[in-house]
Amino acid sequence: MNTPDPSDPVTPDGVSHVFLTPADVAHLAHLSRLELTAAEVEVYVGQLSGILDSVAEVSRVATGDIVPTTHAVPLSNVYRDDVIRPGLTHAEALDQAPAQSEGRFRVPQILGEEQ
Amino acid sequence: MKLADLMDYDEAIGKFDPALGLEVHVELSTQTKMFCPCPTEFGGEPNTHVCPVCLALPGALPVVNRTAVESAIKIGLALNCEIAQWCRFARKNYFYPDMPKNFQTSQYDEPIAFDGWLDVEVEGYDEPVRIEIERAHMEEDTGKSLHVGGSAGRIHGAEYSLLDYNRAGVPLVEIVTRPIMGTRENAPAVARAYVAALRDLLRALDVSDVRMDQGSLRCDVNLSLAPAGAGGLGTRTETKNVNSLRSVDRAVRHEISRQASILVGGGRIKQETRHFEEASGTTRPGRSKETAEDYRYFPEPDLVPIAPAREWVEQLRVGLPEMPWLRRATQQKAWGFTDLEMRDLVAADAVELVEQTVAAGATPSEAKSWWSAYLGAKANEAGVALTELSITPKQVAAICAMVTGGQLNAKLARQVVDGVLAGEGEPDQVVAARGLAVVSDDSALQAAVDAALAAQPAVADRIRGGNLQAVGAIIGAVMKATRGSADAARVRELVLATLGVQG
Amino acid sequence: MSEHRVGDLIRMTAADLASAIHGGQVSAVEVTQAHLDRIADVDPAIHAFLHISVDGALAAARAVDESLAAGERPASPLAGVPLALKDIVVQKGVPTTAGSKILEGWRPPYDATVTTRLLDAGVVILGKTNLDEFAMGSSTENSAYGPTRNPWDLDRIPGGSGGGSAAALAAFEAPLAIGTDTGGSIRQPAALTGTVGAKPTYGGVSRFGVIAMASSLDQVGPCARTVLDTALLHEVIAGHDPRDSTSIPQPAPQVVDAVRRGQAEDLSGLRVGVVKQLRGSGYQPGVVASFDAAVAAMTRLGAEVVEVDCPHFAYGLAAYYLIMPSEVSSNLARFDAMRYGLRLGDDGEASAEAVMTATRGRGFGAEVKRRIILGTYALSAGYYDAYYGSAQKVRTLISRDFASAFASADVLVSPSSPVTAFGLGEKVDDPMAMYLNDLATIPGSLAGIPAMSVPSGLAGDTGLPVGLQVMAPALGEAVMYRVAATFEADYIARNGGIVARSAPELDGVR
Repeated sequence: MNTPDPSDPVTPDGVSHVFLTPADVAHLAHLSRLELTAAEVEVYVGQLSGILDSVAEVSRVATGDIVPTTHAVPLSNVYRDDVIRPGLTHAEALDQAPAQSEGRFRVPQILGEEQ
Repeated sequence: MKLADLMDYDEAIGKFDPALGLEVHVELSTQTKMFCPCPTEFGGEPNTHVCPVCLALPGALPVVNRTAVESAIKIGLALNCEIAQWCRFARKNYFYPDMPKNFQTSQYDEPIAFDGWLDVEVEGYDEPVRIEIERAHMEEDTGKSLHVGGSAGRIHGAEYSLLDYNRAGVPLVEIVTRPIMGTRENAPAVARAYVAALRDLLRALDVSDVRMDQGSLRCDVNLSLAPAGAGGLGTRTETKNVNSLRSVDRAVRHEISRQASILVGGGRIKQETRHFEEASGTTRPGRSKETAEDYRYFPEPDLVPIAPAREWVEQLRVGLPEMPWLRRATQQKAWGFTDLEMRDLVAADAVELVEQTVAAGATPSEAKSWWSAYLGAKANEAGVALTELSITPKQVAAICAMVTGGQLNAKLARQVVDGVLAGEGEPDQVVAARGLAVVSDDSALQAAVDAALAAQPAVADRIRGGNLQAVGAIIGAVMKATRGSADAARVRELVLATLGVQG
Repeated sequence: MSEHRVGDLIRMTAADLASAIHGGQVSAVEVTQAHLDRIADVDPAIHAFLHISVDGALAAARAVDESLAAGERPASPLAGVPLALKDIVVQKGVPTTAGSKILEGWRPPYDATVTTRLLDAGVVILGKTNLDEFAMGSSTENSAYGPTRNPWDLDRIPGGSGGGSAAALAAFEAPLAIGTDTGGSIRQPAALTGTVGAKPTYGGVSRFGVIAMASSLDQVGPCARTVLDTALLHEVIAGHDPRDSTSIPQPAPQVVDAVRRGQAEDLSGLRVGVVKQLRGSGYQPGVVASFDAAVAAMTRLGAEVVEVDCPHFAYGLAAYYLIMPSEVSSNLARFDAMRYGLRLGDDGEASAEAVMTATRGRGFGAEVKRRIILGTYALSAGYYDAYYGSAQKVRTLISRDFASAFASADVLVSPSSPVTAFGLGEKVDDPMAMYLNDLATIPGSLAGIPAMSVPSGLAGDTGLPVGLQVMAPALGEAVMYRVAATFEADYIARNGGIVARSAPELDGVR
């Protein structure tokens, strides 16, 4: 990707610039399984570069010794006992499926292998 | 590559040193799934063990199964690992329809157990081979897809797919070795012995069903070659779908030959995922991905960190059962087997079966003899593992008891085993249905003896004359007439009594 | 109908409605019908609701009436009172869309914990309210089902993402509403509609059954027209839920008592911190003036007002726009056309992957796709540390700023939104301008602390409502509500009523 590492020293104007190309956006769209029109790609190239430019500043203050925060009230060891509880009935599970067959969710042909 | 183009294994090993890496996925035998209270039970009608969480309905949230964490810690301890003071789950993001969230909740750079080892007995080594364990981490299983239409069973050409999410979210522990080097020609045996030892250990821990045939123990084989003696690591392939101990051996063997053939021909090994084909014993490439995978791991924000209390870990350590290899020494002594006999049983993966057969009442030598000889041959013929034969240790013990009790002779006993294997029922049912009981009714036997003597008057005369060796011919005739169901010793007694000869 | 006219019923507070229902002066069915009638009258113009549960609401109301008639005690202090549920909280059998085409027609087979608590409390759920698609937005214009309009001015937005819930309150379509707040989606719409909304401490209310936007930031909260009603609803929905691993294992805070205390006392002995960084450039003059007046009022009420410095708040927006899209990109992966929701392009030839891609491309709106792509980028190999990792560190810095601020102040205050309600369409093509609406609310979201918006009056320059944000330390809901209640009581005393009272009548808007 045509992107300087945001942790790189900033450019003379004080900001590190991120440039996304249409190919970058298309690749990201593929990774996230989003069909985009050419017009959408074009709009996103500009907008995302602008957004990334302004958010890259986080790496300026986030120095090595700071412990990242994930939750407001730190909890740990939250567990559930290994006891079966009723889930959905078969009918409830399949009720909202776009298509079903033989008690299973019917989907278009899956290409590729299991991971 | 055509099979004919494959380099001979011995030649390949002469030219290259293999490096092995084994990734074993273990389905834990907890009552419920990793992150939701649905049953983990194998089988069941499709989509009946599901809830909003494992179907990834909008709004559903995961909660960690305490017993699954406990099992993972036990596995880590048994593998001599360090147990993390603090670790987290992470999301592994990729799209695949059998994975409802389109990310797998797994552990990334903070596994619950790491830096361990397992010593493995391997044929051809005087000392156990130490396999270093890089990590054991927790994750969840995927659902199952069924491909309909097109060429059956293959993914390509299917017209549509059907999804069953009963298995989605079943707890898994993935155990990853460090590269295993220097095994040379023994690489297949080492790989197989490691997986077998791991399986025995997991069974002893009672954390998994470890049924390779049902997928509760799955093995991925990483293999690379480097020029012999040169050291270092070559480009590796990852072979999946290796679903039995025998397949582990075969997959390693095949990959060594295949890669060697390519390298010798000046080719390069492609880093890829391959699939083991049970029928041919070969591997085939998976569908190559257009782009390198980027899983975009990040800490799972819907879960909180796991920080196992040291007291808990120590309590689990103290409670670990005797490890199979230690138990094996005790067993060998109790059974009175030689080192060689014991090693053969281990290699044949028959220790557990013998143990269960003895527990069901057979003598150790009877049990050993059945499993390593007749049943071993049967498994070989069928190309399956001993455990996959459709006969149980209990049934084998019952047949042994019939032999001891004189109802069966060795030949008949084998026929009873054949009957059980053929699905004809319990041993006594097979005996009854096939009419295999030893004929001990003297009147029926006497008639057969009389008939045989009458048919061979010259032989009868020789016996009367004291030539006891000639009795064999009459016994043979009687056995033939009774289709083997007679007790040979009793026939002999009757022949001698009939002719008035002292035996 | 007993002594209450319909016009009275829809303008009453939830607390008064509850006491009238429980005292037998009016039935829950009458109250519910009055609100359903009001919705029928004004919602075609406001578009606060995506779904109206006429039968379900009346049946629930009838059940409350029957139980009271049988001499049973009310199931909760809010039994029989109607509520508008943001359409991102699932209710079994009731269409839930999250404002997205991709979930059109989906009927969840289960109840969110919040839904269960509301139903168990006898609260009558009128229907599901409009929102920016998957709660992504600050104007409700990103709803796939059309924008909600601000009852104060139908050409303006009601804020977002919970514009539907806030507008329903301001239009007197419901006395109570549920919101969700990731970066300000409860507080900013409350400010822009002259209503009250509280974001509890992260983990204070269960997220189970709330369609996730950014898991580490999302929080469900109560909305109403008064501080007391908000507190009453807070107590119904808050508390530990074992189905949400991030739920705080403590009883719900006693916020109703705190409100009663705030109504009875002044602010003597309390230190109120004014955050230096949440007041300067980017804030509309009318907003700043209203805020300054609010601070002056609090001083008059006996508070010790101090200025606090939170230097890292400047990085809040940047950190938020890295963390939120990253989590969004992963949370929204499940919308894949396989098990529920929309499926497009399934012509019998296309692969699952192609159908997934087509459905997601056409089923998600522009803002959702923008955030998914942004998040996918931020989490990519090689960028994680610089983006997501750094942003999580900024959260730590912001939490430290809050900690030192709370060392010198019991609560912090700021404007809830830098601007009053803006015109429909004004910012839709400029995402950065839209994102700036959450400038004041984002620091509290990143730190996970409780924060609420209470109306501080009307802006001198636009004549539109302004919200005062009150923030407290984690689990400090009681002091937050107490200050808000004192402030509100003083406002009522000086102005003769709450801000929402001055909202346009909306008669004949259809």
